[in-house]
Amino acid sequence: MLLGRSGSGKTTLLRLINRMLVPSSGQVLVEGRATTDWDPIRLRRHIGYVIQEAGLFPHFTVAENVGLVPGLEKWDHTRIAARVEELLELVGLDPHEFSSRRPRQLSGGQRQRVGVARALAADPPILLMDEPFGALDPVTRAELQREFGDLARRLGKTIVFVTHDIREALLLASRIVLLETGRIVASAPPDEFLRLVHPEVQAFTACLGDEPEASA
Amino acid sequence: MSPWSFFLDHRAEILGATLEHLTLVIVAMAIAMVVGVPLGMFIIQRPTLRTIALGAASIFQTIPSLALFGFLIPIPFIGGIGKRTAIVALVLYALLPILRNTVVGLTGIDHAVLESAEAMGMTPAQILFRVRLPLALAVILAGIRTATVITIGVATIAAAIGAGGLGTFIFRGVALVSDSLILAGAVPAALLALLADFLLSLLERRLRVV
Repeated sequence: MLLGRSGSGKTTLLRLINRMLVPSSGQVLVEGRATTDWDPIRLRRHIGYVIQEAGLFPHFTVAENVGLVPGLEKWDHTRIAARVEELLELVGLDPHEFSSRRPRQLSGGQRQRVGVARALAADPPILLMDEPFGALDPVTRAELQREFGDLARRLGKTIVFVTHDIREALLLASRIVLLETGRIVASAPPDEFLRLVHPEVQAFTACLGDEPEASA
Repeated sequence: MSPWSFFLDHRAEILGATLEHLTLVIVAMAIAMVVGVPLGMFIIQRPTLRTIALGAASIFQTIPSLALFGFLIPIPFIGGIGKRTAIVALVLYALLPILRNTVVGLTGIDHAVLESAEAMGMTPAQILFRVRLPLALAVILAGIRTATVITIGVATIAAAIGAGGLGTFIFRGVALVSDSLILAGAVPAALLALLADFLLSLLERRLRVV
C-alpha cells in the first residue's frame, strides 16, 4: 500500500511498475527482471490496472470491457464469455443484468466494480490500483473497500495500491509504504506503522482522530 | 420570363448541371477524406507535423476561392482548365475541416480511457483503431459534413475555370444580368447543400456512441 500526500510520487511509482514510465536511473524489477528488459505490451498484460475514474471504454459494453484483455490475448469466444460471467459475479454484479449495459448506464460504484473485473480478466499475478475508490461517495466507498478486502485475501495476488487515505491504508494493507516528496520515509505493517515517530507518519495518523471521514 | 417557367423549360439542362456539380463534389470529398482522415491519424502523435499540416490547410482556406482556381491554372499536371483543376482546389478547401476535426476527435478523448488502454497492454495501433477512432467518429463526420457544405458552395465557382456544374448558370446569369439564370444555378446548389447537411447529420447522430 503506497500512502502519501498529493504529489509525493505514489502514482509515478505505480507507473514505473508497468513501464508506463521508465526510470531515469536505476531499475524496477518485476519478477526479477528489469521493466526495461520486458516487452512493454507483455508486461502490461501481465499486470492488472485500476484507476480512479475506472477508465472504462464508453463505446464498449460491460462484457466487452471486461473481456478486453482476454480478447487481446486471443482467447476463444466461449472462454471469454465464461470468464466475463465469472468475474462479474466475483465483483458482485449480476451478469444477466449488467453484461450488455454501457458504462454510462452504471453508477460510480458499479463502474469501479467493472474496472476491477476488467483488471482481473486475464488472471494477472500482479494488480496495480491507483486510488480506485477515491471518486466514490463515502457509503459506496466503505462498501467496496470491505468487499475488495475480502476479494484480495481470496485472490492471493500481489497488489500495489495507491491511496492518500490513511484509513483505507490501515483497512486494506499488509504493509504501508509512506512516500514524502518522492522518497520512501516509512515502510511497516499497519499496526507497527501507527507507532512510528516519523513526522510525516504522525501527520497522517493525526488525521485519524478528527473527522469521521477524511475529506479527499 | 419568370424564374419558375425558366426553370421548367430548362429542367433537363439544370438536372445535367446538378449531376455534374454533384460529381465534382463527390470526387473532391472522396479524395479529401482519403487524404484528410489518415493524415489526421498520422499527425496526432507528431506535434511539429501537426502544426505544419493544420497551418497549411488553414492557409488554403484563407485564399479566396476564385483566386485559388486562378492560381492553379498555370501549374503543370494538376492545373489547366477543367474539372481536374477544380477538383484539386475543392480538395484543398475540404481538407481543413476534415483534418482539424479528425485531430480534435482523436485527441479529445477522456484521459482515463487512454491511460487504461495503454496500461492494459494495447498496442498503439490497437489504441488508435479500437479506442480513439470509434470514439472520434462522430466528430470526424461533423468535419466531413462541414466540408461537404463548403464544397458544394465553392464548386459553383469552379465554372469560372470551365469545370461545369451549377456555377455555369450563375456566371451566365451575372453576365447577362438575368435573375432567372442565377437562380437556376443558385437554388439547386443551396438545396443540394441543405440535403447533404441533413443526411450527414442523421448519420452523425447514429455514430455518436457516448
